[in-house]
Amino acid sequence: MIVRENCGKINPERIEEYIAAGGYEALAKVVLNLTPEEVIAEVSASGLRGRGGGGYPTGLKWATVAKMPTGQKYVICNADEGDPGAFMDRSVLESDPHRVLEGMAIAAYAVGANHGYIYIRAEYPLAIDHLQTAIKQAKRHGLMGSQIFGSPFDFKVDIRVGAGAFVCGEETGLIASIEGKRGVPRPRPPYPAVSGLQSEPTLINNVETYANIAPILQKGGEWYASIGTEDSKGTKIFALTGKVENAGLIEVPMGITVRCIVEEMGGGIPDGGTVKAVQTGGPSGGCIPAEKLDTPVSYKSLLELGTMMGSGGMIVMDDKTSMVDVAKFYMEFCREESCGKCIPCRAGTVQLYGLLNKLLNGHGTTRDLELMENLCYMVKETSLCGLGQSAPNPVISTLRYFRDEYEALIPS
Amino acid sequence: MATLSTDRPATPTDKPVLDKRFKAIEIVIKRNHYRQDALIEILHKAQESFGYLELEVLEYVAHKLQLPLSRVYGVATFYHLFSLSPTGKHSCIVCLGTACYVKGAGEIIAALEKKLGVKLGETTSDGEVSLMSARCIGACGIAPAVVFDGEVAGRQTIEAVCDRVTNLMA
Repeated sequence: MIVRENCGKINPERIEEYIAAGGYEALAKVVLNLTPEEVIAEVSASGLRGRGGGGYPTGLKWATVAKMPTGQKYVICNADEGDPGAFMDRSVLESDPHRVLEGMAIAAYAVGANHGYIYIRAEYPLAIDHLQTAIKQAKRHGLMGSQIFGSPFDFKVDIRVGAGAFVCGEETGLIASIEGKRGVPRPRPPYPAVSGLQSEPTLINNVETYANIAPILQKGGEWYASIGTEDSKGTKIFALTGKVENAGLIEVPMGITVRCIVEEMGGGIPDGGTVKAVQTGGPSGGCIPAEKLDTPVSYKSLLELGTMMGSGGMIVMDDKTSMVDVAKFYMEFCREESCGKCIPCRAGTVQLYGLLNKLLNGHGTTRDLELMENLCYMVKETSLCGLGQSAPNPVISTLRYFRDEYEALIPS
Repeated sequence: MATLSTDRPATPTDKPVLDKRFKAIEIVIKRNHYRQDALIEILHKAQESFGYLELEVLEYVAHKLQLPLSRVYGVATFYHLFSLSPTGKHSCIVCLGTACYVKGAGEIIAALEKKLGVKLGETTSDGEVSLMSARCIGACGIAPAVVFDGEVAGRQTIEAVCDRVTNLMA
């Protein structure tokens, strides 16, 4: 384990225990011995990719922000873990908050920022509490504030608590929310790396991404790159839930098969049922049907199956689960969470939900199915932000593998 | 939902400041140096003090931060956690995350709606219990989860939930 190595072993409310476990050594090494360029080179060498869902190479993102002219820059930690069925970030923040703060401080040093924000959902009161404690303690120990380790590097972190809007997990929506506005996304470019918070260059990474940083700097990018597959390095935390014997969090090396996760680690389906599909990527993702369970987990292989890594939710469905109902569940979610700014997402999700409902009520026709499929691609291609662009994915994916279930709902 | 009537004074008088609850909001506003970007933090505090965001509170915040009321109202209505109408004495929040849904949260809500005689998102007419849902409370390991008055209960069944609600109302 890399990210969760301290989870459950140290008391998250005592910085002394984190330091005793080797915490903040990476930050000291970085601030005292390395140049920002060397830090970015190390992160690039590790092959670490964003753990929030997109999978953008972390080193590249850092380099883009670092290249922007010197001036006010920000680093943001996206802790708005909104995907239903995913709670990896909550666990990391609750049980090892200093690791995230250390990762953010290293990132700030690398890109030339002096101010960080953690945007966290209000649904995670304990995580907020532990973060506040951690920030206070880090300040008291001189690990945050001005002239950290006696160097010219200053860094402070503020917490911003969300108020329940899924779209705020989208980076431009998140920035709007930190600015105290409606969390409505805006078109990109300009990307936040160029013009983000208060129109200044801003680095945004997910909790799990930051939690990987300190070990990478301590043990080297090459060590990290030795774990995992060609395109996906390191480990990933998954929240294994649904119809499975052992539900909970697991941290596995990239490249492990889905079958191994579900059947060996998860203990299979209770009461001798059979796996029908495994859903990944939440409302933006899709499902892996039972016959593809031997697929290794990597960014690329999951995309090829028509789903995505996402933030790490993995929901097991057994043969009693209706895939159309699952698709409806996610569409209802997206319909409720659509911010309403662009029409394809605002109106499209309502129409798609209506069509799914019609099918489930037994009033659907072949024509409705066609219409729904076309509409899916329209919404996907024309929506403004990630929410709308990925909202039809659960429908597209279930249509791809379980079309017979849709067709069975159409009265002949 | 509150409606914005035009017959109110454009700026609130200083009278509400006498209320202790307004004081609590003012402290947070001062701590945030009257910064407009702290609006969401301030609304959180306001909701904590008042239980919900009534129009007078929104006007007060808008006035203090020198923001148009439309902007404050827009933010308050955008986010799910802000409520513009009073909620019940007790709360019963059913998690509707995927894991909970797959394990029968939908049936639990149907049973509660029947038992309480209200729809999801409503409060019983006696103001006792508000039935709400949450997107995902991150307690997927103990799905299906229901939060009674801020206390998470895992692995819920229809019978267990109905018993708890009866106890809440007693």
